[in-house]
Amino acid sequence: MTATRTDRWDEFMEGLWRQNPIFVMTLGLCPALAVTVSAVNALSMGLATTFVLTASCFLVSLLRKRIPKEVRIATYIVIIATFVTVVDYLIQAVSLALYDALGAFIQLIVVNCVILGRAEAHASKHPPLPAVLSALGMGAGFTLGLFALGAVREILGAGKLFGISLFGEHFQPWVVMVLPPGGFFVLGLWLLLFSAWTRRQRRKEAIQHA
Amino acid sequence: MHESAAQIFINAFLANNFVLAMFLGLCPFIGVSGRLDTALPMGAATTFVMLIASVCAYGLNGALAALGLESLRLIAYIVVIASSVQLVEMVLKKYSPGLFRALGIYLPLITTNCAVLGVALFQTAREYDFVQSLVFAIGAGAGFTLALLLMASVRERLQLSDVPSVAQGTALSLMLAGILSLSFMGFAGLGG
Repeated sequence: MTATRTDRWDEFMEGLWRQNPIFVMTLGLCPALAVTVSAVNALSMGLATTFVLTASCFLVSLLRKRIPKEVRIATYIVIIATFVTVVDYLIQAVSLALYDALGAFIQLIVVNCVILGRAEAHASKHPPLPAVLSALGMGAGFTLGLFALGAVREILGAGKLFGISLFGEHFQPWVVMVLPPGGFFVLGLWLLLFSAWTRRQRRKEAIQHA
Repeated sequence: MHESAAQIFINAFLANNFVLAMFLGLCPFIGVSGRLDTALPMGAATTFVMLIASVCAYGLNGALAALGLESLRLIAYIVVIASSVQLVEMVLKKYSPGLFRALGIYLPLITTNCAVLGVALFQTAREYDFVQSLVFAIGAGAGFTLALLLMASVRERLQLSDVPSVAQGTALSLMLAGILSLSFMGFAGLGG
């Protein structure tokens, strides 16, 4: 029992950390850079993607024995597009301001390679429970990555976090950070940080082994 | 607001460049921009698919609106794009095997290029008419090709320079893209 529980936890943690879609695999970069001008936008985009990812992986996993091999990619895309349409109307109903801020990028969740990748590489080969857990982990990892980008860009570019002013009124916002180039720079810096950190870890391990 | 064809083209090509200002099609931009001689065929193929997708999306949008089925728009678009990529692949294979071999690996990748779906979605959202949609698709494709070419030529030169090994790979590409994007911001307002 404990063994299976750790296995499932592993399944979840793999997407959240070791195979993080943004920082490790650098997948799904288009929405990651386009909508992360503020922490709120980033979080909502992450949650919407997580929902689509989990729901589609669940359905794909349920239908995995019925979908013919030749048309599987087309089937996955139609399943994903259906859930994206649901999310699209849902966000429109809940918050029109958010819908305007995210714009076409809600519908562009369809072509997010993280989702199709998970459906093809994992959900089509596993029963529903592990598939859903793995999808949730990936979704959480994606949301975490988006939030890390959105928070940094909002703090530097507007001096705020979640719309709350952080530095008082004399702060000069670093406007370029909320403009398109800022997205590239912040993600580049995060990747740099992670690669430096992994290197350090590896060097430490090498010293311990020696 | 009525935009002239020239404005739409300049906007999609430079001022609101699909890759560097709107973050569409980043996967091929980061992945396939390593060498100059593969960047051009990739850009041309994508432009071609964009053009087809744009025409199909224009027709589909009219048909779906007439039937009152707008909620199916997204599903219809993605299916049409996927099948038009397949169609382009088959036609090229039959009539121009040389070109097909040159593009080979990149063709199927175009289905998941969000720039293509982006063209279809944006032209619908902005209610462009037929000619405007065509110009928009050509502009977007040309902008994508331009960004890919610039990036590829910078990266080719970069291979000869001394980069700290910790910054190699995607981090470096992103920094470069940021600088390119910064320079493209100089075109802001050009399209009026």
